[in-house]
Amino acid sequence: MNQPASAYFIEERHDPNETHTLSVLVQNEPGVLARVIGLFSGRGYNIESLTVSETESQKHLSRITIVTTGTPMVIEQIKHQLDRMIPVYRVVDMTLTKRSIERELAMVKVRGEGEHRVEALRLADAFRARVIDATTESFVFEITGNTDKINQFIDLMRPLGLVEVSRTGVAAIGRGPEGM
Amino acid sequence: MSDKSHDPNQMTGAAMIVRALIDHGVTDIFGYPGGAVLPIYDEIFQQSEVQHILVRHEQGAGHAAEGYARSTGRPGVALVTSGPGATNMVTPLTDALMDSIPLVCISGQVPTHLIGNDAFQECDTVGITRPCTKHNWLVRDVNDLAKVLHEAFYVATTGRPGPVLVDVPKDVQFATGTYHPPRKSDVHRSYAPRVKGDATQIRKAVALLAGAKRPVIYSGGGVINSGPEATRLLRELVEVTGFPITSTLMGLGAYPASGKSWLGMLGMHGTYEANMTMHDCDVMLCVGARFDDRITGRVDAFSPGSKKIHIDIDPSSINKNIRVDVPIIGDCGNILGDILQVFKAEAKKPDIKAWWQQIAQWRARNSLYYRKSNDVILPQHAIQSLFEATRGKDTYITTEVGQHQMWAAQFYGFEEPHRWMTSGGLGTMGYGLPAAVGVQVAHPDSLVIDIAGDASVQMTMQEMSTAVQYELPIKIFILNNQYMGMVRQWQQLLHGNRLSHSYSEAMPDFVKLAEAYGGVGIQVHKPGDLDGAIQEMISVKRPVLFDCRVASLENCFPMIPSGKAHNEMLLPEQANDEATAKAFAGGKALV
Repeated sequence: MNQPASAYFIEERHDPNETHTLSVLVQNEPGVLARVIGLFSGRGYNIESLTVSETESQKHLSRITIVTTGTPMVIEQIKHQLDRMIPVYRVVDMTLTKRSIERELAMVKVRGEGEHRVEALRLADAFRARVIDATTESFVFEITGNTDKINQFIDLMRPLGLVEVSRTGVAAIGRGPEGM
Repeated sequence: MSDKSHDPNQMTGAAMIVRALIDHGVTDIFGYPGGAVLPIYDEIFQQSEVQHILVRHEQGAGHAAEGYARSTGRPGVALVTSGPGATNMVTPLTDALMDSIPLVCISGQVPTHLIGNDAFQECDTVGITRPCTKHNWLVRDVNDLAKVLHEAFYVATTGRPGPVLVDVPKDVQFATGTYHPPRKSDVHRSYAPRVKGDATQIRKAVALLAGAKRPVIYSGGGVINSGPEATRLLRELVEVTGFPITSTLMGLGAYPASGKSWLGMLGMHGTYEANMTMHDCDVMLCVGARFDDRITGRVDAFSPGSKKIHIDIDPSSINKNIRVDVPIIGDCGNILGDILQVFKAEAKKPDIKAWWQQIAQWRARNSLYYRKSNDVILPQHAIQSLFEATRGKDTYITTEVGQHQMWAAQFYGFEEPHRWMTSGGLGTMGYGLPAAVGVQVAHPDSLVIDIAGDASVQMTMQEMSTAVQYELPIKIFILNNQYMGMVRQWQQLLHGNRLSHSYSEAMPDFVKLAEAYGGVGIQVHKPGDLDGAIQEMISVKRPVLFDCRVASLENCFPMIPSGKAHNEMLLPEQANDEATAKAFAGGKALV
């Protein structure tokens, strides 16, 4: 094993990366989001998507949905590290439950004329995207779905005059009658 | 006047802070005043229940509080002002986080209406200290202060202990509000550390232990943090099972160094027998340790043939570095008690005579060997002499970080927990002197010695002044080799002996320095004078700087070279130039 002179043990890890969606129930108090984000940046974890909003204002509870990637060992670490934070109530790995629904909302602005405009409208209809703003030379579409569907829609809009996209990030919830 | 003004629980924020300290049994705090904490200092002035120790630098307050906490098992408390006062606390807070030390830091902040304005001595204290505390709080309303202070003490001392910080703006200190004594509802409902171990896991663990042919117990600082009962149970478990035991740097003293099952410390500079036992064992019981990289060596070659049981109160310590077979989450003391109960009821002491014979062969390699000299003091010899001179005395040892720290761990035998205060995780040079101040405050009549290096000790030397002011007779035992010894050793072993900036060309005269501070200076050069000088140091009832001139180029062995496994240790008798070059060959190729 050839490695640079170091007092640390430098290793290559070969486990494949996985993508997991985590739901984190937290006390909604100042700094709580900074704690969660700081954990990810401080320990070198990835955030692919982050969605956060207060969900129960009476109890001051917020729900954070994080899509992250890492080896199985890293994913396990992320969950434990989140769970031991003082204001964190619960961490649920939605990917492991295999019974979760994931949705994202995107607003997609497309500018074009003639055939492009007609084609954009036609595709939007196929994707069940709604027109929420229109001018004589542009549309803003609202589309909801899983990440793949939205990616696909955006890709299709690209040659038709895509101007910009605003996405909410993933929100996830478990199927069935039980809460998290 | 309304009735409210007669309510004894109506008080200013500053008064609440002192009141909360008293309610949590705090008798000593370490701090440094400044603009944003003056109301608190005014309250401290007007009472006598909490003694305040004035340090010379806020970092000293933090380390002193750490030493206090580690030597008593009670939380240490530091009080600092806003801005630089708070930023100077970052090192001790991080140190306490890495080593799981309960620390409560109260910092002043600029008035709430100035927060975010770049006011004088303003900094984002909660932002800066968020990654280096277990939790922290900014209190914007005086009526939240009591709750936050009580929660701070609870969080610092329960579960895996750690540092917390409460940031209190000056206007909140002045404002009047309602105080309440500690109550359960002060704590986040989301915070509930698990104490009791899972019964099924405990049974699995006992089954593994009972069937072991080549077992080892690997204990850590968690046993000491758990309290005296955990230490007692650990010793009983060793007795009942007859298993060999090793420990991390942080865990020294939980099992006595004079005990017959003791293998010495493990890890990078651990003993050969400890590391070989870890490597070749078939069942490993890890209690309150975290498989740190200084312990494991090369991870993919770490104890390859063993089933591993891991007891830890922090679930994030499980499977972080090493995959274990039987994790048990909960308090060490609690779980050790359960394991013992099941073991005694259902298992027999396994026959491991052959294993002990193997260990005896490893032990016979005498991995802590060093060549004594009549001309120059060997640092290992200095520690041994210090140990012999203080054996049986009521002694507490702190250290700085580097070679002297490893030699202290190797050659000073600890019989009891809470007697050994060292910066393990963070490796903070400058920890030992202020930590000794804190230990001596907690144990005024005990012998408190900081085993120091000449480089480390200069990082927080100013706390000598604190020791003199409070008549704290700490002994600073400096192994003076004029180098940053561990840096020099690595440069020799890994960087072609190019000693880049590891030599201190302008060393102060430590004897004169001690005298300038109002302490006592002792210098010794010759091995023959060492014992007498140590006796003199011990008998002096004042702070002492002991300048022990030692061999300047001595290396700390044994050593696991980087990228190597436990069974590839470099032993002192093999550490000639050729073998050393070979052991570090992987590194040399790229130098």
